[in-house]
Amino acid sequence: MTTVTLAGTPVEVDDEGFLQKPEQWTREMGEEMARSAGIEKLTERHWQVIDFMRKTYLDTGAAPSMRALGKTSGVAIKELYELFPKGPAKLAAKIGGIPKPRGCV
Amino acid sequence: MRRRYGAETEITVVDRDNRHVYQPDLLFVPFGLVAPDSICRPRSKQLRRGVEFRLGKVERVETEKNTVHLVGGETLPYDVLIVASGAELLPEETEGLTGPGWGATAFTYYSVEGAASLSKAMEGFEGGRLVVNIVDVPIKCPIAPLEFCFLSDWWLQKRGLRKKTEIVLATPLDGAFTKPVAARMLGELLEKKKILVEAEFATGRVDGEARKLHSWDEREIDYDLLVSIPLHGGSPFVESSNGLGDELGFIVVDPNTLQAKAAPNVFAIGDATNVPTSKAGAVAHFQAETLGENIQHFLAGEELEKSFDGHANCFIETGFSKALLLDFNYDVEPLPGKFPLPGIGPMSLLKESRLDHLGKLAFRKLYWHLLLPGRRIPLISAQLKMAGKDTSLLSSTKEGVTG
Ligand SMILES: Cc1cc2nc3c(=O)[nH]c(=O)nc-3n(C[C@H](O)[C@H](O)[C@H](O)COP(=O)(O)OP(=O)(O)OC[C@H]3O[C@@H](n4cnc5c(N)ncnc54)[C@H](O)[C@@H]3O)c2cc1C
Repeated sequence: MTTVTLAGTPVEVDDEGFLQKPEQWTREMGEEMARSAGIEKLTERHWQVIDFMRKTYLDTGAAPSMRALGKTSGVAIKELYELFPKGPAKLAAKIGGIPKPRGCV
Repeated sequence: MRRRYGAETEITVVDRDNRHVYQPDLLFVPFGLVAPDSICRPRSKQLRRGVEFRLGKVERVETEKNTVHLVGGETLPYDVLIVASGAELLPEETEGLTGPGWGATAFTYYSVEGAASLSKAMEGFEGGRLVVNIVDVPIKCPIAPLEFCFLSDWWLQKRGLRKKTEIVLATPLDGAFTKPVAARMLGELLEKKKILVEAEFATGRVDGEARKLHSWDEREIDYDLLVSIPLHGGSPFVESSNGLGDELGFIVVDPNTLQAKAAPNVFAIGDATNVPTSKAGAVAHFQAETLGENIQHFLAGEELEKSFDGHANCFIETGFSKALLLDFNYDVEPLPGKFPLPGIGPMSLLKESRLDHLGKLAFRKLYWHLLLPGRRIPLISAQLKMAGKDTSLLSSTKEGVTG
C-alpha cells in the first residue's frame, strides 16, 4: 500500500495503482488516471461504464466481471475494448476508484 | 430431513433427465482412461426411499406464490425450495465456437458427449498445437483445465508425440489460478512441464476454418486441436423467475447462510449459486451441512447460521500417477501443508504426491457409496481448518474478496 497524489489530493493505492478507499475518489482523479493510462479524454460513453462499475461495486461489494459488464452496462464488449483498450473491467475499475476486480475462483 | 422430520415431510426431487453424471471423471474420458457410460447412473436409483423423483423441466419459479412451474403447465407448490440446478454450458455464446470445426477440430470435455468425441479425436491426433482455452470465468472446477494440460503432457509423452506438440493454456486470468500462492506453485509446475500459458486472454471469437482464437484485444492463437471450456451460466429458468438470479443466471444467496435474497423460504446449493468460491462438488457437499441446518432453523422460526465459509477442497491430477490437493475458503487461499491431520496427512497440500492421486481415484467410490446416499466422510469437516497449513508464504496484505 502506498500513498500518491491525484488531482492534488493524497490517496491510498495498491501496487498497481487501484484506490483502496472508493470514498476518496473524485471525477478529477478519474480523469487524471485515464490520462496516465493513455485515454486523453473521457467521453460520455466512458463515463457510462465507469459510473456503472462504481455503482455496482458500491451496491454489491464486488465489481462486475467483463461479461457482466457487457450484458448489463449498456455497452457491448467490443465497444468496451475500444473505449478501454487492454482490459476494460480493470481499467474502468481503476479510473472509477474502486479496488481491482478479482476473477472468480 | 427425513431423519429429522420423518414422514411428515414430503421431499420431491425434480430433474429434466434421469442420468446422473460423475463429472470429475469427464477429465479422464478424452484420454481413454474411463468409458463414458461408466460415469453415468440413473438418478432415481441414487435416492432413498421416501424421496420422490419427478422427471420434468422447470420453466420458472414464482417465489411470491411458492410455486414451481414445469414445462407443460404442471405446477408444484412448496413450503421450502432448494435450487440445485447447476451451471449450463453456453458454447453458442462465443462467436464461431460451434461453427465450422466444432466436433472436428474444436471440442469441450465438459459434457459426456463432448468428452466422448474428443476422445476419438485424441486417438487420431498426430501432434501440432493443442490449445486449452477457458473462454471466461466462472467455470465448473476451475482447476480442471490445468489437469487437462497436465494429463495431455503425460499422454502425449506416452505416445511419443510430446516433442511434436505444443500445449498452450489460454486463460482470462492473469496466471494459473486466482490466488497468489497456488498460482505461483501451479505456474511453476506448468513451466516445468513446458506448458505455455497465454494469460489475460479474453476470447472474443473463434475462427474454426482458419483454426484461430481471437481475443477482444486482438491477439491470435493458432490451434490444430482446440479444447474449449465454454462460457457458463445459470439454468435458463432462472432468468424467467423474477429476482432469483444475477446477470449470469446464478442464484443470489447470502454467502454464509445460502438463503436466497429473493425469498426467505428459498435456498440454493452447488454450482447454481453466485457465491464467490469454486463451483465444485466438494463445495456443494460442505454447503449441504449449512443448508440442512438452516432449513430446520427456518421452519422453526429461528435465526439462520452463518456457517458456510466458502470451503473448497480439490484434487488436481498432474499426470504420471500423481496429484496435488488444494484446500481453501473465502478468506484463506490454498497453502502447502498436510491434510486432513496436521503434520501427518496422509495427503499433501499443494505438493505433488502419489497418494493424492490415489485419493482422487478412490473418491469415485466414495462419491457413489458415501456422498450421494448422504453419509459423512470421516475426518473432513465442512469448515476449513487452519491446523496443518503452512502460513509462512502468505504476504502480509490480506486478499480481497473474490467475485
Ligand atoms: C470436467 C469436470 C471436472 C470436475 N472435477 C471436479 C473435481 O475433481 N472435484 C469436484 O469437487 N468437482 C468437480 N467438478 C464439479 C462438479 O461436478 C460440480 O460442481 C457438481 O456436479 C455440482 O453439482 P450441482 O448439483 O450443483 O449441479 P449439477 O450436478 O450440474 O446438477 C444440476 C442438475 O439440475 C438439473 N437442471 C438444470 N436445469 C433444470 C431445469 N430447468 N429443470 C429441471 N432440472 C434442471 C440438471 O439436469 C442437473 O441434473 C468437475 C466438473 C467438470 C465439468
